[in-house]
Amino acid sequence: MSSLADLTLAEAAASLRAGEVSSRELLQATLDRALLTEAELHAYLTIDHEGARAAAAAADEALVRGETTGPLHGIPVAIKDNMVTSGLETTAGSQILAGYVPPYDATAVTALKKAGAVIIGKTNLDEFAMGSSTENSGYGPTANPWDTGRVPGGSSGGSAAAVAAGSALTALGSDTGGSIRQPAALCGVVGMKPTYGLVSRYGLIAFASSLDQIGPISRTVEDAATTLEVIAGHDPLDATSYRGEYPQYRASLGRGVAGLRIGVVAELAGEGISPDVLTACRSVVDSLAEAGAAVREVSLPSMEYALSAYYLIAPAECSANLARFDGVRYGLRVDGATVEEMTARTRAAGFGPEVTRRILLGTYALSAGYYDSFYGQAQKVRTLVIQDFTRAYQGFDVLVSPTSPMTAFELGSRTEDPLSMYLVDVCTIPSNLAGAPSISVPVGLDAAGLPIGFQIMAPALGEEVLLRVAAEVERASGWNNRRPPLVGDDRGV
Amino acid sequence: MIVEYEPVIGIETHVELVTDSKMFCGCPAHFGADPNTNVCPVCLGLPGALPVPNEKAIEWIVAIGLALECDIAYHSQFHRKNYFYADQPKNYQISQYDVPVCSGGALDIETDGQSTRVRINRVHMEEDTGKMIHVGGGGRIKDADHSLLDFNRAGVPLVEIVTEPDLATPQQARAFAQELQAIVLALGVSDAKLEEGSMRFDANVSLRPKGTDELGTKVEVKNMNSFRSLERALAYEIDRQTAALAAGEPIAQETRHWDESAGITGGMRSKEESSDYRYFPEPDLVPIEISYALRETIRERLPELPAARRSRYGDLGLDPASIAALASGGAGVTERFEDAVVAGSDPKTIANWLTGEVAAFLRRESVELADTPLSGEHLSQLERLYAAGDLSATAAKQVLGGVMAGEGSPAEVAAARDLIQISDIGALAAQIDRVLADHPEEHQRLKDGDAKVIGYLVGQVMRITAGKADPKVVSTILGEKAEG
Repeated sequence: MSSLADLTLAEAAASLRAGEVSSRELLQATLDRALLTEAELHAYLTIDHEGARAAAAAADEALVRGETTGPLHGIPVAIKDNMVTSGLETTAGSQILAGYVPPYDATAVTALKKAGAVIIGKTNLDEFAMGSSTENSGYGPTANPWDTGRVPGGSSGGSAAAVAAGSALTALGSDTGGSIRQPAALCGVVGMKPTYGLVSRYGLIAFASSLDQIGPISRTVEDAATTLEVIAGHDPLDATSYRGEYPQYRASLGRGVAGLRIGVVAELAGEGISPDVLTACRSVVDSLAEAGAAVREVSLPSMEYALSAYYLIAPAECSANLARFDGVRYGLRVDGATVEEMTARTRAAGFGPEVTRRILLGTYALSAGYYDSFYGQAQKVRTLVIQDFTRAYQGFDVLVSPTSPMTAFELGSRTEDPLSMYLVDVCTIPSNLAGAPSISVPVGLDAAGLPIGFQIMAPALGEEVLLRVAAEVERASGWNNRRPPLVGDDRGV
Repeated sequence: MIVEYEPVIGIETHVELVTDSKMFCGCPAHFGADPNTNVCPVCLGLPGALPVPNEKAIEWIVAIGLALECDIAYHSQFHRKNYFYADQPKNYQISQYDVPVCSGGALDIETDGQSTRVRINRVHMEEDTGKMIHVGGGGRIKDADHSLLDFNRAGVPLVEIVTEPDLATPQQARAFAQELQAIVLALGVSDAKLEEGSMRFDANVSLRPKGTDELGTKVEVKNMNSFRSLERALAYEIDRQTAALAAGEPIAQETRHWDESAGITGGMRSKEESSDYRYFPEPDLVPIEISYALRETIRERLPELPAARRSRYGDLGLDPASIAALASGGAGVTERFEDAVVAGSDPKTIANWLTGEVAAFLRRESVELADTPLSGEHLSQLERLYAAGDLSATAAKQVLGGVMAGEGSPAEVAAARDLIQISDIGALAAQIDRVLADHPEEHQRLKDGDAKVIGYLVGQVMRITAGKADPKVVSTILGEKAEG
């Protein structure tokens, strides 16, 4: 490794504690990497040079005094721009929030700050997290560090690209239908969606409240576990926050998979999955079996309907969640002769086409006379998905599948066809409907040299077994913090 | 053939709770602060903010439901009610839809000695909106130059109580509204002030051919901010609909605003917007769980309700008019009454004072009894002085005025104003003898057993004692002399 920016979080934290590097040096290496890559990647919407430098200096001073505030002490972290940051512009990737500076921090951001993290800035995303390629951002797309002609995935494409490129050591994303795991897969990093309720949603700008969950995007499974430990915890400001115990997730790593029962989801292992992805995933499954796991195929028939249910439930919730952007109190305002006209003009000017499409879809699905056949029916499918999982977990500890049916696709190749874009989320959506944890781990490259992600799913609150299997997948695949060509030795600092 | 119609009325009541904090955030819920000072990310609907329910408000709506004999749901659910309005921060209201906290209750009311049972359809929990002030254009949004928004009220806990269409007259509607206010006040969950909007009544009115069961087209009437205007608005609306039907015109289903000064209802907008609120379960909140234990604890803690209190006052010997006058006497009246009766005073005497002299004083001075120094202890002290004959009925009323004016305790006021009457027989006998000596003719008539002269002689004793003699005692002594 030629730069501090390419260290894993664990390596960087160890070097910091040993006094081998300072937080300021780590930050500088990260900012230098951003300087080198941002023109091509556009992973960030905002870089907070001043705030980050002050935080790094404070972290170093604390280290000199022999104090560390937590596992992310002095570590440069990026935050998806749909989590509010006090005093730092937060747009959710939408023009309707251009220039909006929140007066408070999201609970997850507060947790990062308490743990001593150095917040570099806010990363790009599909507008209001609605999309699978980051091309729906109101501020232009982000490119994939493995091939800048391709998408990084989405909606947390900025966070995934930044972690892959080295312009952040770890990052927060949010996952409503795969928005952490799919970009992590396409960018060759680890992305984890925790159990619904494990990480507070307070301060996460809502897309679909019953599905949204904040989680880590990191270089390694261990780094993801470390980041999760910091942000997970009960929050009295979120009525859906989990009230039970929060274990130390790193403790479950390195215990192997011997004796674990692993189910390969039949519905997510055939049609529509690219051959390279299937081959890579089968090879991982074989190595899990060699490591002592009992591997069998399992059928979850409702998977077939999960995507359709998701594209009713999520738009329905978003149609209400996004109603508050009306030009009255904050954000964009386009004047009109009446309040109604002002609100209509503001929304027409401020929302992009995909957001508008989903608001319309959701409004329709909730309308009198249509509720039962659309929203009501979708909720029934959601119940079936949960029941399918429950049944499967009677015989299995974890389930596995590809994270994404395909590797990174070319910028612009799917934007004209929303349905083909929606299909990208087919493997990730079921875990959101079930509120269960799921992780994507990079396992190799396809013929074009693009990363392939392997998804592991566990029952609700099954983070420990999930991370345990993920660590074994990571080890067996030999991925070992592989760096994209963009930051290869010839480009290194 | 002339069809005779009868009105069918249902009432929706909104009650703002006086919890310390708002329904879904920690902001103070009370009134009177500078605009937009009791606000936070949650009640301003800032991006990312989430609601957390106020448990006290849930307990209070359960209390309201129990007072109205409702079933209390073990599992209840918040829904989002979607509509755009500038005073609504999220452009949806967190409300309830198909699983309200309370359902299926009843409230008995009385009009002209007749009892009517008004069924309660539901009682549900929601949040209030902000307030809009329209500047220019006569204060109406349509013509306003601009509008100002105050979000202090946004998110204040609001309870909605919906009746079945069981009311048949404006008088019944008024009686229902008054009884409901009395219950809410007795529970102590709202200040229930109509003029300030902390208790608001909307009425649904329709007409149907007398004796039939079908329901006609209903009109919703809003903006009544007194019991009197509720009654007037309904009477007007019934007349209007009767005239329309008589003229063969259809009744439009619409919302009409009561105009207090003009004494009429008017349509709110020319084009009635169809309202599809697209209710769906609020995903930011988990279902409300109300355990059997919680419900029963709340039931045990319910205070005495107005109907039970009226019945108890009847047992104390008070007539219905006095009971009603006490109940509507304003803040502090029944409390002072209770205190005095507990201290052993005669209920009727205390009630007479409170509904007579005291009520007149409060009206004259435009104050509440709670704002005057007159306490239950004062009332019972006064009643002891009166019962002992130390004060005449007239003097007792003067003392009441003095106490309320802050002149001191009844004993102090009576002494300062020199109102203590002479009821000592020895002292009065000397005065009586003086009068008899001065009026030999009347004295003779008395000796002859002519009782009719007693009144004159009592008057003379009162005159020479400057009104301080106890006329009852004087009369008794003279009577004994007459009988010889």
